Amino acid sequence: METVFHFDLAFVWAGLIAFAILAYVVLDGFDLGVGILFPLLDNDRDRDTAMNSVSPVWDGNETWLVLGGGGLYAVFPLVYATVLPALYAPLTAMLIGLIFRGVSFEFRWRTNRGRFLWDWGFFGGSLLATLAQGIALGALVQGINIVDRQYAGGWWDWLTPFSLLTGAALLVGYVLLGATWLVMKTTGPLNDTARAFAGRAGLITLIAIAAVSVGTPFLNEVYLHRWFDWPTVVLSLIMPLLVMICVWSLYRGLRLHRDTQPFLSAISLFILCFIGIGISFYPYMVPPSVTIWDAASPDDSLAFLLVGAGILIPIILGYTAYAYWVFRGKVPPGGYH
Amino acid sequence: MFESLDALLLARFQFAFTVSAHIVFPAFSIGLASYLAVLEGLWLLTRDDRYMKVYEYWKTIFAVAFGMGVVSGIVMSYQFGTNWSVFSDKTGPILGPLMGYEVLSAFFLEAGFLGVMLFGRDKVGPKLHFFATLMVAIGTLFSAFWILSVNSWMHTPTGYTINDVGQYVAADWFNVVFNPSFPYRLVHMVLAAYLTTAFVVGGVGAWHLLRNNRDNGARVMFSMAMWMALLVAPLQIVAGDFHGLNTLEHQPAKVAAMEGHYDTHKGAPLILFGIPDDEAEETRYAVEIPNLGSLILTHEWNGEVKGLKAWAKEDRPPAEIIFWSFRVMVGLGFAMMLIGLWSGVQRLRGRLFEAPWLFRASVLMMPAGFIAVLAGWITTEVGRQPWTIYGLLRTADSVSPIGAAAVGASLLSFIIIYFTVFGAGVFYIIRLMLKRPDAGVVDDSSGPSRAAGITPMAVFKDIPWINQVLSRRS
Repeated sequence: METVFHFDLAFVWAGLIAFAILAYVVLDGFDLGVGILFPLLDNDRDRDTAMNSVSPVWDGNETWLVLGGGGLYAVFPLVYATVLPALYAPLTAMLIGLIFRGVSFEFRWRTNRGRFLWDWGFFGGSLLATLAQGIALGALVQGINIVDRQYAGGWWDWLTPFSLLTGAALLVGYVLLGATWLVMKTTGPLNDTARAFAGRAGLITLIAIAAVSVGTPFLNEVYLHRWFDWPTVVLSLIMPLLVMICVWSLYRGLRLHRDTQPFLSAISLFILCFIGIGISFYPYMVPPSVTIWDAASPDDSLAFLLVGAGILIPIILGYTAYAYWVFRGKVPPGGYH
Repeated sequence: MFESLDALLLARFQFAFTVSAHIVFPAFSIGLASYLAVLEGLWLLTRDDRYMKVYEYWKTIFAVAFGMGVVSGIVMSYQFGTNWSVFSDKTGPILGPLMGYEVLSAFFLEAGFLGVMLFGRDKVGPKLHFFATLMVAIGTLFSAFWILSVNSWMHTPTGYTINDVGQYVAADWFNVVFNPSFPYRLVHMVLAAYLTTAFVVGGVGAWHLLRNNRDNGARVMFSMAMWMALLVAPLQIVAGDFHGLNTLEHQPAKVAAMEGHYDTHKGAPLILFGIPDDEAEETRYAVEIPNLGSLILTHEWNGEVKGLKAWAKEDRPPAEIIFWSFRVMVGLGFAMMLIGLWSGVQRLRGRLFEAPWLFRASVLMMPAGFIAVLAGWITTEVGRQPWTIYGLLRTADSVSPIGAAAVGASLLSFIIIYFTVFGAGVFYIIRLMLKRPDAGVVDDSSGPSRAAGITPMAVFKDIPWINQVLSRRS
């Protein structure tokens, strides 16, 4: 298998799709984390505040998921056409979770008698979507069996101890993101509660990262060589070090009441994990058989969409930043509704 | 439990169900977003508080409907891959980039500014807030542009070649995007969205006018909606006719099925009603007008109209469905036009707000747009069968290698969840609509009747902003 590096349109697009997925995981990660923490908050007023801290931005955050999916369809149709059937059950569960979570933002304010239903919908939807994403990720890391441009595995291949482990890991990771987001965006007792959750979630996340990292290299030969052969073995030393720095920064921020630092540290942790997966995967899009270049659309399609992406993604980042800027700072208790 | 059923059939059911549930929301939110932009623009222009009250009223409803559109849309964007993987692999290089453009130019724009629109007025001030509303409205239109281009290409594919792994790839992007049926479909759908919204807004206005015809907010809603009905409904009928002629050129089998023609005729009749039977290849109990079918379709008295028998049986769309869906759509279109004309007459008489029977009819017509949109889409999509890409890729060859159990289980979950979740959402929306607009009542103590004022300008007196601009000038 040719694994020489090509800097071409397919590689650029692999980078862009990776960026979209990372943006999704970080941005919707904190929304979903807030949703998972929702029932654990002290009272209804705190729940109002927590939900409203994400109400103005959740839709934009979720759009990165659509870009991830739509982008795959456009530039790596083979991945879209094989990974999605392979992950049929977890992805369907994710969609169902996102339906409940998404409608709850508005439905919750439209009823008094039924509010508890949408509180549960918000929590349950967030939890289900998160677990499903984590399990789907684990299943992808394990590898997907493709024959003749079609998924050739069974309907339960995605369910393994490893994928359950990644499901649990993503769950605590999102809780960490959500808790640190609330630390950044809230004041008073809610801020204290969030700080306590962030402290606990940080520790469990660290354990989860360790468990997944130890498990991954033994899933297949490529991963094993990547992490234990010279020169890439160096990464096996650097990555854990960087992770420890992030965790140290997280706890320091929490202890010194620097309310933005824990959130940024948690994001950095996610970026590191994402890079770790990238190191394992490269040059594959779908391990163990489909590389970036196998899966790519013809150059003409890649170029056509890249023109638009080159112009529009900076604009999108601009107005997304503006929307966050408009709602910067602490959320007034109770929120905007 | 689903093993006795065919995975293909279940996948088709699932697509039909989820896309039908989805289209209802965009059809409403495309129109409503534009309406909100107009209301806020008018408010900025006149600072007339009524517009702001009506804006806030519909903004709340928009938020609920938009959320449902978003979540049901995400299901669509993943369903292509899960259930129609062969289609996805083959069309990805050509349709994927168009959908990519939809995400980049439309979805982010809507989502990015929605937060500011819903929650940010106090933070950004009125002008930037109007800009946010405008961006959301433009986003919905961009979305319509790209997704209708995708859909139209599936009906009238042009500008492509086929590569060595069997994928459709672009030879000429302009011809891909602006394929032959796209302009017609885009105009027809955007007008449909505007009409759908107009009849919802008009129906809500009418409902409140029936209770108190001096309600300011209700008057603004009803008057604006009836202008739309008067002007846009006839336009839509013309646009629909053009679209139909375009379909006759590119998909004559669909038109034959819509018309219930099995035999090829010169001087074909227009079959008003009848019961098409695909098995027996005839339309029973047909009520026909001689030669009118040829006249409408070919604009010639004795023009030739092909019947379904001109195609092999396995290449025909099912007339039993689209004969009816087409008639439902056309019937509702004409009913909308009649309401528009009726309102025009009432307005000319200066009695737009003293017309309880028009109000009642408008309340009754509230769901008309939704039903017409669904019927129209059923006509065009079922009429494309048995193809996903017309003439190139059969539906049966597009489906994922999936088991009936997986599709059946997800179909069942979607049905249950959509009915409960979206049912609740529609219930909340209706409850919001039953609230009074809260924009005060008309103070017409100076004289109750507008009937006397049949000057040319009197027609426009119901439009507050024109009224205001006029009185400001004088």
